[in-house]
Formats: sequence, structure tokens, C-alpha cells
Amino acid sequence: MTSNFTTFPTQPDLLHLILGAVLFITLVMLMVVARRKSPPNAEASQVQTEVVVPAPAPAPAPAPEFKAATPDAALQLLALLQQNARLIDFFQEDLKGFSDADVGAAARVVHEGGKKTLKDYFRLEPIRSESEESRVTLTAGFNAAEVRLTGNVTGQAPFTGTLIHRGWKAAEVRLPKIAEGHDVSVIAAAEVEL
Amino acid sequence: MSKASKANLPRFLVGIDLGTTNCVLSYTAHPDTESDVLPVAGDPPAALEMLLIPQLTQPGSVEEKSQLPSFLYQAHESELTEEDTRLPWGASASSLTGGIARFLGAKTPIRLVSSAKSWLCHADVDCREPILPLGSPDDVARISPYEATRRYLDYLKAAWNHRFPESPLEQQDVVITVPASFDPAARDLTVDAARETGLEKLTLLEEPQAAVYHWLHACGNDWRKQVGPGDIILVVDVGGGTTDLSLVAVTDTEGNLELNRIAVGDHILLGGDNMDLALAYRLKAKLAADGKDLQPWQIQAMVHHCRDAKEALLNDPNLQAVPIVVPSRGSKLLGNTLRTELTHSEVQETLVDGFFPQTPVDEHPRALIRRALTQLSLPFAQDPAISRHLAAFLSRQVNAANEVLGREERGFIKPTAVLFNGGVLKANMLADRLMTIINGWLSEASAEPAKQLTGIDLDLAVARGAAYYNAVRRGKGVRIRGGIASAYYVGIESAMPAIPGMEAPLEALCVAPFGMEEGTHAAVSQQELGLVVGEPVRFKFFGSKSRRLDTSGTLLDYWDPEELEALPEIQATLTDEARKPGTVVPVTLEARVSELGTLCLEAVARDGQKRWQVEFDVRN
Repeated sequence: MTSNFTTFPTQPDLLHLILGAVLFITLVMLMVVARRKSPPNAEASQVQTEVVVPAPAPAPAPAPEFKAATPDAALQLLALLQQNARLIDFFQEDLKGFSDADVGAAARVVHEGGKKTLKDYFRLEPIRSESEESRVTLTAGFNAAEVRLTGNVTGQAPFTGTLIHRGWKAAEVRLPKIAEGHDVSVIAAAEVEL
Repeated sequence: MSKASKANLPRFLVGIDLGTTNCVLSYTAHPDTESDVLPVAGDPPAALEMLLIPQLTQPGSVEEKSQLPSFLYQAHESELTEEDTRLPWGASASSLTGGIARFLGAKTPIRLVSSAKSWLCHADVDCREPILPLGSPDDVARISPYEATRRYLDYLKAAWNHRFPESPLEQQDVVITVPASFDPAARDLTVDAARETGLEKLTLLEEPQAAVYHWLHACGNDWRKQVGPGDIILVVDVGGGTTDLSLVAVTDTEGNLELNRIAVGDHILLGGDNMDLALAYRLKAKLAADGKDLQPWQIQAMVHHCRDAKEALLNDPNLQAVPIVVPSRGSKLLGNTLRTELTHSEVQETLVDGFFPQTPVDEHPRALIRRALTQLSLPFAQDPAISRHLAAFLSRQVNAANEVLGREERGFIKPTAVLFNGGVLKANMLADRLMTIINGWLSEASAEPAKQLTGIDLDLAVARGAAYYNAVRRGKGVRIRGGIASAYYVGIESAMPAIPGMEAPLEALCVAPFGMEEGTHAAVSQQELGLVVGEPVRFKFFGSKSRRLDTSGTLLDYWDPEELEALPEIQATLTDEARKPGTVVPVTLEARVSELGTLCLEAVARDGQKRWQVEFDVRN
């Protein structure tokens, strides 16, 4: 894996990277959109619920409350990913006409910088420690926000099934503080060399 | 003790590592004076905290990090907005310090102040003259190396006072570390900078000693099991910009183990930055062979990538190569990305064999002949081989332990234990290679192999050790004895008939003997010098790290050029209302080592009535 780019098309890795990143950025974008549109449209709030708010308890709530995500943190993260991983540059390009070696070289920039960014600003932990494809049992009262049941979902806990994905959880977020009045919508300043 | 008076007591003991590339601050709680609980080496180690230093990393964005990169950026007025440079404690002239300075300076090096600390020891510049950034255009505001040092301290003070508004740094006991090889003038500059920052309760500590203190702290009681009487600990500290060497001997005094710092090395400007640069240029040559020319910004980026790649390759012997990818500067990423790779064998050849060649112990650094016209620059080491610098140090210090350990060493002094410090030696391959080299020399000389002392954090050890020393020096813990690591001499023109075309031969008068301890003074007997009232008089000044038997008053008329190192000249100005300008006053010189670890030299009139300070920092 470390050596030669002409043999690079280990497609799944690259695709995963790109797809994962696309999904991630879509979510970030949607959060921004959700904030900007008022009133929040149903689709965006739906996404938000999945990402941010744990499933509400079945209490007789008067009206469901949604908090709007602030765009500041989202834009700040985009700026960091652009700065460290050139993420926006990468997504804004049309991959057509480029060889996998070219895409691979660029993917390394994105991967290296993205990984550093995640490491610097988040402490990410898998939700389940078991290895994937192994059998796991969920006892009654498991956290439904952390573990999602899929497939043949019937009966009562305990549930036994195959762990498809271990999940990820941000155990800690330490994003830089932003000065009041700093224009966060500038994701990357234009650069003019004199 | 009453509550009121207690409120004014320092609450913390602070250690500051003012590094060439990074500043770090560590602290621990001040021992409670009422309960008399003093930290003792051997007690459960007192907790040493690191100050997380808020700093701009990007315009308008503040992060907390334990290291403050020692860089300053002199921004152009239209470069940044006021909001961009705001810190949690407001904006100031020192705002662009740390991460953001390095970030902006990477693209605009003409405005970047770096390596200020290395200039403090430079013989040919006045450290209070604004010279940095070196060679920058006229409209860039310049500052002096002294001012840069002061600003880093000022920044640390602001960060501390923001974190502990109730206990300002000015009221805490502070230990600042300096390279063991710092000359008296550089130490004075550091102390002056700290005083100007308002830090009055101040002590200096040599960096390699701080590393040993950190090791003592990390070991707790176990350190006595790791070293015993007769052991000689070699401390090798390879940082970003400098290599600092020291020897510490372990002795037994009435059943107690004592540590004695018996020798320090020269100021060697050679470190991790040289290594990253060497790798980047190696890759540049490789790409040039493929017909790809690199632009300066690409080399800069390469250096950065090489730093990470180097660490990966040096710590994983199975890793064969690490790709190095330099993206284009524009928004078009695909097709414009420069790609190469750094291989294991390249790192082996360039770093391991280049900087740590397996040379015999009698092979010492090669001095290249300097070109007649040299630009003003830092005196970087000309020989990159750390092994040769180390060999020279051990050979020169062959007699260092004779007195304390009662030995008769031959050839070179033989360390029995080695303590590594500094980011470079985090790489296992380099640390292992250095151990192999040292043990190779030892086995050549039929001596036992040295053992490697471990357990310290190589990036943060100096600051932590300084904070621990600060605690230990008021308790019963083990202290490293040492005193000054150099003997000092004043050059005197000998009295002899003038010969046309020949300078009068120079004699060297020892004014401060090797090992003078803090708080002691040494009068120079007999030898009187004539100073002229109202006129600054300059003296040649020398230091010797190997002549340890001269006492104050010893007059040398001959010495080996290797033994005495010429230091920046010193100056005495006699101002005296009672005497007419132009009068010649006979004086003797008296040296004193202050409690905080600086050398003071005074001219004393024959009648003992009047004293004048001799200044070290008079370079220009």
C-alpha cells in the first residue's frame, strides 16, 4: 500500500474515503442549511435529529423542540479541513479525465490532512468494542441512539445479531475558539503573492 | 502564619523552558508552608502540570497547546484585521506569537522572527540591537533577540495570568532553563528579559540538568536502583536547533547519593531542523533527477512533510517508504500534486549515517575553512555528525571526573549511563544508533557498556524538570551540585617592550574558577589593572570548560587554543565624581555567582571603597 501508485486502484479504500467524506460534508452542509432556512424544513430537521438529538422519550411533550445548529462550528470545521486536507478543493474538482494515480495522489493529501484534523480536534471512539461481523447481544434498555437495529427487527430484548459497523462517537470536541467578529464564512482566504 | 500574609505567598512553583523552537511552562503547587510538606525525591512524585497556552493558530482562531512555538510574526498593516489577532486577554504587539507566527511565516519568511535564542550566544552581534528578522526589507519592523526573548516571556505571563488571575506569574517562584553552554552574557540577557517582564523571583537552571531532574521525578525512589556511586551520566539533548551535552557524576557522601554536574559541552547549533532540511534536499535532488524542479515553497512544504515521515520511518523498522505529497498552491488539486516518497534507506543514509555516523572516538568535528566573506548569520555547526561532536566532548572532558570520583581516565571519559532528551531522540532508530556508537567506544576501551536511562517525556522534560527542581530546591530532595560549568579569564596585555608589527602577547587572568557555586565570590588577589576614569575600557574575555584546576588569580601566559574559547569582549566604565576623568585607578577584579545563577564581575578600587560593575553584554 505504501509503494506504487500505478497499482493504487484498491478501489474500495479510495471510494470509501471519498464516499465517507461526501456523506460527512453533506451532513455538515445540511446542518448549515437547516440553520439558514426559516422555518426549518422537515428534511433538514430530520437529519438534525439523527445527528444531534437522541431519540426523544415518549413523554407527552407539547410540541417537539428543535434547536438550530449554528453555522459557525460547521464553517470552522470546513475551514480546518480545507486548510489541513484541501477538502473543498478536492470536492469542487471534476474527477473525470483524471487517472486513478492522480486521484490517489490527491486522496493522500485529503486523507493525511483529514486524519490529522480529526485527531487534533476530536477524540473519536468506536461505540462497540467487539469486532465487526461478530455476534453481539443487546440487553433491554440499550441506548437506541448509539445502536441502531436493522433487518429482521422483531420481538423483545435481549436482541442478538451481527455487528455490522462499530459506530463512532465523539468523546471529546476541542475546536479552536473563534474571535468575536471573525468572518467564519471565509473558508479559505484568496492568496496573492507579491 | 496568618491568613493575610499567606495570601501573598506564591501559590505555584513554575518551570519555564524557553526553547529555541518551542516554549513550555510547567508548574506544581507551592508546598504548604504551614504543614511543612516539602516534596522530596523519593516521595510520591508531586503532580507537575502543564500550562495549556492559548495561541492563535489561524487568523481569528485560538487553540490551547502545551507548546508555544518560539516564533514572532511582524505583520504588515494590511495583512490582518483587528479581530484576527485578538487573544482571550485582548490584542497586543505580541499577539502574533506561537502557532500563527509559524503559519504566516512559512509563506512570508521576511516577516518571521525565529531562533532568537541562538542569537543570544552569538559573539558578533549586539543582542539589544534590532536585527531580526535578519535581512528583511526596511519596512518590516525589526526587533532584537533580547526583545524577542522578552516577548515570549511576556506572552507566557499573559497566558498564565489569564489562567490564574488570582496568582499572577510575577508573584510566583520561577525557574527558567538555559542551555548549559550559554555564556555569562546570554544568561544575563535572559535574566534581564525576565526582570523586564516583571519576574523577580527567578532562578536559572541548565537544560540538561532539568532533564535529569525530570528523570529523578519520574523514577521516584527508584533512581537509586538505577545509578550508584561512581556512575557517570551522559545527558544528550538534541532539540530542534541545538545539541547540548552534559556529564553528571554520582557520588556517595556519608551514605547519601549525590549528583554532581561535572562538565558541559559547547553550544552546538545542530538539531532536528537540520535533519528535516537534509531530507527535503535529498528529495529535491531525487525529483531533479526526474526533471522536476522544486520551487522554494515546495521545498518548505517538503521539510514539513519530511518531519512527519521521518518519525514514522524511524520508529517502524518494517516500514519501507512513506509517500510525500505536496499539493499545488492553487485550488486545482488533481494533476498538480507533486508526489514522491521517502524510503527507509534514504532516511538511513541521510539521518542515521549522515548525522550519527559510526566514527571512532578520536575522530572529532571537521572544521571547514570559512569563506572570507561570510554573511552575518548564526554560527551553525559545520560538521553535521553528532557522533563527532560527542566524541570531541568526551575526549576533551577526559579528566572531568578525576576529582569527584578519584579516577585516572585515559583517552576519553567513560559514561556508565546515558539520558536522552529532545524531540529528535524520540526516534528509536536514532536513540539506538547513538547507544551503539557510545557502547562501541566503550567496548573499544574495554569498558562496560553504558545503560540507557528511560522514563522521561522528551518534549516536555525540561519544563517539567525545572518545575520539579523549583520544588526540590526548597525541600530535602536530591539536588545536582555543579556551580559554573566554565572557568573565566580576562585577557591582559603583558608588559614587554613594543616590537613593530607585533601585538603585545596576551596573558589570561583567571577571574572565576570552574565550579564556583551560587552565592559565592572569588577575589582576584594581587593582579592590579589600571582603569581610566570616564572611559569605557574593554577586555578580552575567555571561557574554558576543561581547565578545572585554575584558581582565581592564576595567570596563563600559554594555553592550547582548544582550551580557551574567546567570548564576547567585556567592558568596564568607571564613573566617579571624586576622581578626575582621565585618572588611572588601580583595581582588582572580583567575581561572584549570584543566587539565581549568573556571573557578576566587579572592578574594586585598591582602597575597597568603590566598586564598578563589569558588563558582559557589550557586543556590537
